[in-house]
Amino acid sequence: MTSRRLALVALAAVAAAPAWAATAMSYLQTHGPAADPATRLGWGLGWISVFVTLIITLLVLGAVLRRRLRNDDPAALAVKSDEGGMGWLYIGVGISTVVLIACVVWTLFVMVAVAMPARTALTIHIDAAQWWWGASYDSGDPQRRVTTANEIHIPVGQPVRFELHSVDVIHSFWVPKLGGKMDVIPGQTNVTWLQADEPGAYRGQCGEFCGAQHANMALTVFADGPQDYLRWTLHQLEPAPPVQGEEARRDQDAFMASCAACHAVRGTAAGGILGPDLTHLMSRRTIAAGLLPNTPGNLAAWVVDSQALKPGSRMPTLALSGPQLSAIVRYLQTLQ
Amino acid sequence: MAGTDALRTPVIARPADDPSIAPRLQRIWETEAGFIGALSSVDHKDIGKRYLVTAFVFLILGGLEAAVMRWQLALPNQHWLSPEAYNQLFTMHGVTMIFLYALPVLSGFSNFLWPLLLGSRDMAFPRLNAFSYWVFLFAGVFLYGSFPLGRAPDAGWFNYVPYSSLDYNPGINIDLYALGMVLLGVSTTVGSINFVVTLIRTRAPGMSINRVPILVWGTLTASVGNLFAVPAVSLAFLMLWMDRRFGTHFFDVAGGGQPLLWQHLFWIFGHPWVYVIVLPAMGIVSDGLPTFCRRPLVGYTAVALATVTTMVLGFGVWVHHMFATGLPPLSLSFFSAATFVIVIPSAVGVFAWIATIWTGRPQFKTPFLFFAGFVVVFVIGGVSGFMTAAVPVDTQLTDTYFVVAHLHYVLIGINVFPVVGGIHYWFPKFTGRLMNERLGKWTFSTMFVGFNVGFFPMHILGVLGMPRRIYTYPAGLGWSAWNMVITIGAYLFAVGVLLFIINVWRSWRGGARAGPNPWNAPSLEWATPSPPPPYNFAIIPTVASRYPLWESRMTGHRGRSSTAEGFLLDDGRETIGTTPLDALPDVILRMPGDSLAPLWLSIAMTIGFIALLLLNWWVFGAALALSIVAIIAWLWPEARLGQTMDIVREDRHA
Repeated sequence: MTSRRLALVALAAVAAAPAWAATAMSYLQTHGPAADPATRLGWGLGWISVFVTLIITLLVLGAVLRRRLRNDDPAALAVKSDEGGMGWLYIGVGISTVVLIACVVWTLFVMVAVAMPARTALTIHIDAAQWWWGASYDSGDPQRRVTTANEIHIPVGQPVRFELHSVDVIHSFWVPKLGGKMDVIPGQTNVTWLQADEPGAYRGQCGEFCGAQHANMALTVFADGPQDYLRWTLHQLEPAPPVQGEEARRDQDAFMASCAACHAVRGTAAGGILGPDLTHLMSRRTIAAGLLPNTPGNLAAWVVDSQALKPGSRMPTLALSGPQLSAIVRYLQTLQ
Repeated sequence: MAGTDALRTPVIARPADDPSIAPRLQRIWETEAGFIGALSSVDHKDIGKRYLVTAFVFLILGGLEAAVMRWQLALPNQHWLSPEAYNQLFTMHGVTMIFLYALPVLSGFSNFLWPLLLGSRDMAFPRLNAFSYWVFLFAGVFLYGSFPLGRAPDAGWFNYVPYSSLDYNPGINIDLYALGMVLLGVSTTVGSINFVVTLIRTRAPGMSINRVPILVWGTLTASVGNLFAVPAVSLAFLMLWMDRRFGTHFFDVAGGGQPLLWQHLFWIFGHPWVYVIVLPAMGIVSDGLPTFCRRPLVGYTAVALATVTTMVLGFGVWVHHMFATGLPPLSLSFFSAATFVIVIPSAVGVFAWIATIWTGRPQFKTPFLFFAGFVVVFVIGGVSGFMTAAVPVDTQLTDTYFVVAHLHYVLIGINVFPVVGGIHYWFPKFTGRLMNERLGKWTFSTMFVGFNVGFFPMHILGVLGMPRRIYTYPAGLGWSAWNMVITIGAYLFAVGVLLFIINVWRSWRGGARAGPNPWNAPSLEWATPSPPPPYNFAIIPTVASRYPLWESRMTGHRGRSSTAEGFLLDDGRETIGTTPLDALPDVILRMPGDSLAPLWLSIAMTIGFIALLLLNWWVFGAALALSIVAIIAWLWPEARLGQTMDIVREDRHA
């Protein structure tokens, strides 16, 4: 490949970087103080790495190509002494040492910079389970807690503290555009923090192998402006609306019979804690920990045969008749 | 165990003047032909070749596992492999490559080469050597027996609790892994002991510690490292097995145990282990490059010391695998700093190799291409590791494909490339034939291009947020195209490996015959015929420099090494024992002959471990009894070895 072509390819790759940065899980560009200093450090180390690789490659190519052995006397030695050449080591290792120590110092400064601030706006409890994320929000009043799953809302521009509990095995809480990973380890409570400086939806995914559906354990953090955040919180605090009418009551009964053992709907008798809280299911954009968009068709497919969509998931495949399924889905759609 | 003969002064002879020496030594040292001979052989050259072949079989198996996974990941949303199948594949891929290929292949090189490099007739403990191979083979078969049972370990090679505990993994998959690893650990441990004692005791007179080849430094360092590291992982697996089957609570939270205890024990082994599987390979390059650059290695002392320093520092960085676990930032900062510092001895190696090439006159033979290409791949692997050394950057990079890129650059780059180059280099010594040069160059190009196309984009996937160990991924995250490129590159790399295997196969059966030193190389192994006779050297060489075969062409040497005249040592199987630092001749070592005891003991132990897997105490008891009988047979004092009160001399004139 000519050097001009090579330069064009490199230029294209660099030009594509903003596009790469914009993909949902990329952390080439981050959006909050829990991540930004580390992102700058990452880019710095990255450029050093590219530079070092280029220099070494050029040195190796230069060394290899400069004085090839002609086949006149294969037994002859190019250098007859066991000494010499140490200048290479002194200079190369010397420069490397200086760069490395500078990086250690920079790293220590960044570790301080990304440490959790003393005061945070709120605390969210994360309960990581195979293969979904439970979330509940502290408030002054223990009777009024927001409890949701997989989709978390935070106020924009404010530091948010996360207390991480595991229900079963080790998971890892990771929202790349907002911060690095923190493992969720049973038997201990790890604490981390995130802050989103721009409103938007930030995708996350479990970052520690946790079993069959580790691949499908996503979450989303929505950063809302103050009014949107207040509106969301107040809405989430509401219990489910009371059912009106005979058919609606039958739908609710169908739900209770099949689902209440594992799922909770505040304001009803359903109080199961094995699966996500469904009180405001329809306020979420996805189901099954980010696996599927929250549409009636997907809801029905999930309820009737979760194992086909997420094999190994803890939700059993229910033996439901057509009418039972429709009743349950109709009921779920009332959980706005 | 060898016995010593302290009452005899060894005879000095010149084989050129006495044609009866070679046939006599041949008779003393050769292994009996046939099946029993093969099973009882303690010839380090046989054992070395077996290690190499067996390790390559496991490399291919591990590669097939990877090829299957890459087929699934080439496109998004594929479900052809179930998550269970995928999890078993990625676990066994890691176990196979890291435990059943990476160290055994280097043991193969070292076993074959060390006595030749050191001017000796065998390793210090020949029967232990055979035993370490058999246990490795049986442990590998034990682990792979899980596949036909459909019960391969599936919690990752790192096997974190609680997912690997009984609550979440009730089948025998994990028990199989745990017991297989403990069994394999026996092989690794006794092999390491053998290398350490061989180095300390059985070098040729004059081969002082600052004259041994860098491959020897690398393997010695790795062996000492193993002796400290392997017990940690054997203990961890034993504790896990006890938690699972005997109700202990080392790791389970409900019983007061700690999941992080597993991680500490595992990684305090795991990190030194990765240096164990690359330092000997770096030694292969340090010893091979001088040959093809027609000059001694630049900075021998620095490189030897850097090898040891890397291993020592390697015991101080293990927490960098745990940066996201919530440990206190103060502790993390120490391990972060240590991880940056450990780059320094690696830099010593890199600049020594570049300087050697730059100031030398390179010969573009296949081994040279692999050794030179290795330097570039080494550095790429090194810088990706350097990036993960920073804690706050690592919390983004860890558990993504960035780390998959890093680990493959260091493992394929720093282990596989030197190994393949090393096989091209020493093939004439192993088999007496040369490998095909043209095919070798095609092999290099295909492997180098395929490897970089297959693994470089994983860095990009990592920063685009693709986690590790996922059996599928959704479209729309920018991951799909790169995954396709990676699969294509990986398959191209596999074609390169296939070309290599074809070259080995054809050359072994019909390649050009090689003389003793087809590469004009400097070290002692090239003073023997290709392949060497069972006794290696007719007389024990004396050594006066690092490059014995180049002395006549080098300046500044007063002494002269000699392979023409030296100790004869033909009263049975014998070699010379020398002092640890200066290699002054000290004692005659009488070496054991071929024996079936190592094989019997290996079989008995393996049966014992199978019994443990099935919790069958009767069979375990029987296996234990058999093992004790085998050990007694092995250690029974032999007069011929000077282990009894009688002094037996072979009749030299019979």
